[in-house]
Amino acid sequence: MTAQPHRARATAALLAASAAVGLAGCSTDPGAETTVTVFAAASLTEAFEQIAHDFETAHDGVDVRLSLAGSSDLVAQIQQGAPADVVASADTASMDRLVADGLVGTPQDFATNSLEIAVPPGNPAGIASLEDLTDPDLHLVVCAPQVPCGAATTAVVSDSGLTLHPVSEEQSVTDVLHKVVVGEADAGIVYVTDVARAGPGVEGVSFPQAGAAVNTYPIAAVTQTDADTDHAALVQQFIDAVQGPEGQRLLADLGFVAP
Amino acid sequence: MTTTRAPATSRRTTRDPAEVPAGLPRWAYVPAAAGGLFVLLPLVALGTRVDWAGYWSLVTSESSRAALALSLQTATTSTLLCLILGVPMALVLARGRFPGRDLLRSLVLVPLVLPPVVGGIALLSAFGRRGLLGESMEVLGLQVAFSTTAVVLAQSFVALPFLVVSLEGALRTAGERYDVVAASLGASPTTVLRRVTLPLVWPGLVSGTVLAFARALGEFGATITFAGSLQGVTRTLPLEVYLQRETDPDAAVALSLLLVAVAVAVIGLTHRRGASR
Amino acid sequence: MTFELTAVVPSRGFDVTLDVDEGSTLALLGPNGAGKSTALGLAAGTLRPHDGEITLDGTRLAHARAGRTEAWVAPHRRRVALLAQDPLLFPHLSIRDNISFGPRAQGRPRREAAAAAARWLDAMDLVHLADRRPGALSGGQGQRVAIARALAAAPRLLLLDEPLAALDVDVTPALRQTLRRLLVGQTTIIATHEVLDALLLADEVAVVDDGRVVERGPTAEVLSRPRSAFAASIAGLNLVSGTWTGDGVVTASGGVVHGYASHPEVPVGAAMTAVFRPAAVALHLTDPHGSPRNTFRGTVRSVEPRGDLLRVRTDQLAADVTPQAVAELSLVPGRAVVGTVKAAEVDVYPV
Repeated sequence: MTAQPHRARATAALLAASAAVGLAGCSTDPGAETTVTVFAAASLTEAFEQIAHDFETAHDGVDVRLSLAGSSDLVAQIQQGAPADVVASADTASMDRLVADGLVGTPQDFATNSLEIAVPPGNPAGIASLEDLTDPDLHLVVCAPQVPCGAATTAVVSDSGLTLHPVSEEQSVTDVLHKVVVGEADAGIVYVTDVARAGPGVEGVSFPQAGAAVNTYPIAAVTQTDADTDHAALVQQFIDAVQGPEGQRLLADLGFVAP
Repeated sequence: MTTTRAPATSRRTTRDPAEVPAGLPRWAYVPAAAGGLFVLLPLVALGTRVDWAGYWSLVTSESSRAALALSLQTATTSTLLCLILGVPMALVLARGRFPGRDLLRSLVLVPLVLPPVVGGIALLSAFGRRGLLGESMEVLGLQVAFSTTAVVLAQSFVALPFLVVSLEGALRTAGERYDVVAASLGASPTTVLRRVTLPLVWPGLVSGTVLAFARALGEFGATITFAGSLQGVTRTLPLEVYLQRETDPDAAVALSLLLVAVAVAVIGLTHRRGASR
Repeated sequence: MTFELTAVVPSRGFDVTLDVDEGSTLALLGPNGAGKSTALGLAAGTLRPHDGEITLDGTRLAHARAGRTEAWVAPHRRRVALLAQDPLLFPHLSIRDNISFGPRAQGRPRREAAAAAARWLDAMDLVHLADRRPGALSGGQGQRVAIARALAAAPRLLLLDEPLAALDVDVTPALRQTLRRLLVGQTTIIATHEVLDALLLADEVAVVDDGRVVERGPTAEVLSRPRSAFAASIAGLNLVSGTWTGDGVVTASGGVVHGYASHPEVPVGAAMTAVFRPAAVALHLTDPHGSPRNTFRGTVRSVEPRGDLLRVRTDQLAADVTPQAVAELSLVPGRAVVGTVKAAEVDVYPV
């Protein structure tokens, strides 16, 4: 989730550190495991943790290392030579930069995410459509245009020709969700996956105009300098797992939509 | 007048060069200098990051001006609110005699040590639409949510202890002996407060007010949690800095420096006023 | 009776009855912690009695029964001014504004307050300091301003709490004389542990010890013939009254006591009292020779221990002497002795 750069980066750093410790321990182990290092956008955390776990169960002796951060941070890390095998970003723009630098193979889209209206449980304001959000008396909270979810909101709203009167343009999806959960806001605009993750505190109201700003998640193998065909095959198997039925089912459970 | 007041002023601000400080070990200069550097270096470094060529246009953009104006307006209002509530609080805590005073004194300090985000959540629980008072306030037509009032509440919540603590300390140091004499001369408690107590603790009041204003000006966490963020309504300068960081780091740096400049100006100005009083 | 106080404050072990006549001065004499400050606090209204009644000019200032306050006049409405050991001048106000503080605080017009300030600046010889701040004053000057400030408030009762204790010894005699002059006709209570304050300023003395009045009476009587242990320990001063001759006091019986006047402008023939401490008295069996001395012939009436010394009382004076001297001279009641005291040990004050 790019809207939470701080937390995502801290998590990534923590994971990288623990990965380093783990690798150091493994190198002295005669039955050393094969490692697949996956760099993924923070919004994929839950999905990829489950996919990695399933992958490790299916492939004896394989260890999947997850490094989770904001997409732009992931790109910067790989550009600086971070040891990644797979990269999954939350937008095509980030992936395109890696492609342009020749750092990854051909990307494949594996999921999409789109906006949804989040309302407090029971939907007290009776929101049913994007049009309902134009009521100036409504306490509507959105992301600021400067952050990705806000940019998507702006795109959807301008495409629909409607005018919204938000009472607040928040810093992040989390801030929007919080305002809805505590009932300060009557409605907020966030991603479908955010509603799914927020649990029973909020309800989602989908709207057709969301199609104007669909976020596509691409995945690609990072180009390796040494030609270890066994390892390359394993990496491809992980990418296939994400795109396979089990991976797609997990992603769908979390609100992602297949491309 | 000037000649008679000179000795008192010079005694307070300058040291006789012939005096030798007895309680200042030489080694203390080393960590003291390191501490000074630690505070100053980041501020200087901030200055080196500023895009000076575009500085003026960065800080005078519509959103920056709106944020600055809102910050000054809300911080001033919050400071006034802190004075209206905080001066009597400090008086009651310093002079009052009632059970539970020590406990109350500790509780007043809580916002000082609380993470501002927690303060914001606490304010939501009290003044939010579904908060303890929120519903009755809504009945009365008072809408706090997402309003500038919410910003002022958030700022006052975090700034109030600064004023209360420094004023209460000054009141305790000043003691009650002057108050007793003034009352014995026929001054009512309000006259005593106005003509004796407050003038005596004036430096403490000034520094407490400056601290409260500076804290209100820098308030971020409680505001973003409790009040939201909308240009001209709730997006104060710190929120604008944090948001600009996402897309325009240069603007964020420029605004940060502006915030530092405003803070330094306020402290410098009132410090001089307070000292000359 | 213009001021009457009967109060019990159990938390301070205080149980005292006092009264002060209109225009007269009562000295509360006693050691630190005896209850002098409690008495003043009750009069000023900074303390509440648990039981008792305080009245001033027929107005009930405080009345309490078993901890329940039944009548209470706030301190600022009592017209009871307090002068403490420290001048406690308001540091942010000029000397003039300090003095006019009382009249202004009582709601008198600005012009009237200014006139009162001018009068007191003049009376206390403070005109040249009028526009200064208190920080620039010496201790003696500061206390003079504090006295002027207290009196400018026109109190019905003036409370002096050790008013001279914090001052240098070289300024206290002059200030004591000033107070003496100003307290004429002013109803006053002065708390002090200094015998001279009581002697010179007070008409009556109440000796306070351990929260009780242990002795009460006209000043000269209490100080020269103390009955309580405390009064005896601090007082027992030798007092000889008469008229001033220029270098001494002639008593009614024609005896002369040589000494030094407290201030130089005393006219010959003025009523004065010579004061000297028992410890300054030496006892002999015959008239001594040598330097000019004051001599008092008399008969030993009593000998009683007083610390490491013995207090020998004759029919004229008291002397504190060593046990060795008592033994050598066989000082027993009935024995004729000659007491001597150097003129330098004798202070002479106007009565």
